[in-house]
Amino acid sequence: MKTLTLTTAALALLATGVMAQDLRIALQSDADILDPDQSRTFVGRIVYASMCDKLVDITPDLEIIPQLATAWTVAEDGMSIDMTVREGVVFHDGTAFNAQAVADNIERSQTLEESRRKSELSSISSVEVTGDYTLTLNLKAPDATVMAQLADRAGMMISPAAAAEKGADFGLAPVCSGPFSFSERVAQDRIVLTKFADYWNADQINFDSVTFLPIPDTTVRLANLQSGDIHMLERLAPTDLAQAEADAGITVVSAVSLGYQGVTFNVGNGEKSDTPWGNDKRLRQAFSYAMDREAINQVVFEGAYAPGNQSFPPTSPWYNAEFPIEARDVEKAKALLAEAGFPDGIDLTVQVPNTTIPLQLMQVVQAMAAEAGIRVEIVSKEFATLLSDQSAGDYQASQIGWSGRVDPDGNIHQFVTTDGGINDSGFSHPAVDEALNAARSQADTAARKAQYDAARAILIDEAPLVYLYHQSWITAMDAKLTGYTPYPDGMIRLEGVSLSE
Amino acid sequence: MLSFFLRRVAIALPTILLISVFVFALQKLLPGDPLLVLAGEERDPEVLEFLREKYRLNDPIPVQYLTWVGNALQGDLGTSFRTNQPVTELIAQKLPVTIQLAVMSLIFAVVIGIPAGILSAYRKGTVTDYVANVVALSGLSIPNFWLGIMLILLVSVKWQLLPASGYVPPGEDLWQSIRTMLMPAFVLGTALAATLMRHTRSAMLGVLTSDYVRTARAKGLSERKVVLKHAFRNALTPIVTLTALLFGELIAGAVLTEQIFTIPGFGKLVVDAVFNRDYAVVQGIVLVTAVGFIVMNLLADMAYFLLNPRLRNA
Repeated sequence: MKTLTLTTAALALLATGVMAQDLRIALQSDADILDPDQSRTFVGRIVYASMCDKLVDITPDLEIIPQLATAWTVAEDGMSIDMTVREGVVFHDGTAFNAQAVADNIERSQTLEESRRKSELSSISSVEVTGDYTLTLNLKAPDATVMAQLADRAGMMISPAAAAEKGADFGLAPVCSGPFSFSERVAQDRIVLTKFADYWNADQINFDSVTFLPIPDTTVRLANLQSGDIHMLERLAPTDLAQAEADAGITVVSAVSLGYQGVTFNVGNGEKSDTPWGNDKRLRQAFSYAMDREAINQVVFEGAYAPGNQSFPPTSPWYNAEFPIEARDVEKAKALLAEAGFPDGIDLTVQVPNTTIPLQLMQVVQAMAAEAGIRVEIVSKEFATLLSDQSAGDYQASQIGWSGRVDPDGNIHQFVTTDGGINDSGFSHPAVDEALNAARSQADTAARKAQYDAARAILIDEAPLVYLYHQSWITAMDAKLTGYTPYPDGMIRLEGVSLSE
Repeated sequence: MLSFFLRRVAIALPTILLISVFVFALQKLLPGDPLLVLAGEERDPEVLEFLREKYRLNDPIPVQYLTWVGNALQGDLGTSFRTNQPVTELIAQKLPVTIQLAVMSLIFAVVIGIPAGILSAYRKGTVTDYVANVVALSGLSIPNFWLGIMLILLVSVKWQLLPASGYVPPGEDLWQSIRTMLMPAFVLGTALAATLMRHTRSAMLGVLTSDYVRTARAKGLSERKVVLKHAFRNALTPIVTLTALLFGELIAGAVLTEQIFTIPGFGKLVVDAVFNRDYAVVQGIVLVTAVGFIVMNLLADMAYFLLNPRLRNA
């Protein structure tokens, strides 16, 4: 009898051990407020990928596919979008999802005072609910970027009931309709989500809970994976790649990101732009010719990233193939310097965030530039300071990075158009403005591409931003995890992912 | 005793006030706009202006300070810019974590440092003394972050004995909580143990050569009694003060140790808050730390009273 009880107890223990499967994912930093309308961090978006469904999602090839919206058609004149949404979906609090919920969500994103989504949805003038599950988005002007915006935070659907009740404090206990619901958060320690039984696509979800653990140190993050304390980590450092790949218990996958990294020059942002570097494009071209982008990738990033020279990676459908990454040409760089009146070389001050990778990068850039006669002085600043100096125009050149957007517009428009919100360079060129504004309202992909190509030709020549490389999202995980696909947006999608015994 | 205590408290109050002014001013002098960090990549001007209003950053700085003091006196330390959580809640969440780390580190420090100090003083000039000194010196010179990472790689990755990092509340699983905290407490404790060992050694050396120790020996007391009861008790006073003062070092050390071992404590909170220019959080933490430091000093003074009968009559 005693043995029997013991066996039963052991079996029960074993059974619960198999059933209660928790997936532990290490993040590079802690998320900010968990309200899709208010948040702004990359890691926050990773948490949302398991918690909040969006109207539409993307494929690894950046095609827009249904998620909560099942079908949509853009009107002939581009002034409205008819949309059908999924039936039988409920939010984590039991509230039903329908067309009215979409209208409420868009209204909140546009009107909540704390909302960071206003500019993303600024082209939507009104939402008409035409049926329980059908609606029409009316636009102020044709906007090709709307659907891509709805594939990110602006398209995340939160429970209107919870939103009305909690207001700006919604983020302390978020209620969405995704595969996992929010259970608990201890700042800087963990965010725990529990499987949502009524999820519309619950068959695809193989975990009972997901725990996100912010572990900033890359070495410690990998050590946790190797010791079996976590199952998965995002953004493995390229320097740790060899170690992770050598470990038979670890699988490494990666996808080139949508973003870019490079150096921006102050060409028209305040008094400090009035320097040879700001006034003469030949100097900036020389700087670009002095760079060996492939070597940068090999030396600083162990070859794990992708060299680049445009705001889209060479793998993107929006990349302008007429301007491939040119081989380094020190002689040409020297000739350009001489032509600009600096045959004996010239000084350049570049500000850099004071963290390891950017400093390493800039030291390599410094060495390459020196061979062409450009004497780079590196000024390292703490990130918050760098950002405010950059936005105030208090710099000559600055190391920059952008996490990237699904729609090409998000990688270029706001940086180089005259009134662009993040045009820290102060660049202004009527033809670029015209092409990029036209590309926004152009529905036809080929015609859009032509506009971006036209702008690119000018941007390559003027070189207000010199692009150097595109980061890759390197994910390392327990080799027993199967079914995971890396995406260029760096999000961790758990549909179809499972842990084999 | 009571008047002594009250006098000490009275001195402490202006100190706290001064610290709060200083920290407030220092933050305003820091370059970098907190809102640019807060507004995210897009830096929407509309959002920036709203946030500036919300956190009253358009007010003159003295007004901002007085508002903060006024709220602080009512127990409201504001809310975090970053997560919208009340600062008092954040501190209440993190304080027990760091206290646990501090207590466990102090245990390591005391258990290693004091016996080593006594032993090396007693065996002055012998191999034992030299070995103890070399170990103490290494404890002081090996950087925390290096020792921490090495321990993680060895103990967690290679031997798989202890969790690599993180934190488990003792209320949830006491054993797991202690296991998780073992390595960080050891790392933080070794540096303190070294200091403690050196001070115990010199205090003991002074006492061991004194007349009453010789008398105790002449009385025929066992060496054990002579050293531990007669000599050590008298050497204890400076050691107690030192231990209390080490509290400050402990908090400073916790900043680094918590970063390495990803412990969601006070140190990690303050580092992240400074980098994110999360003013309210930084101010709240500094205030609480300052109060903690002053309380520890008060406690040390009280301990003096209890340990040293001569002071009691003074």
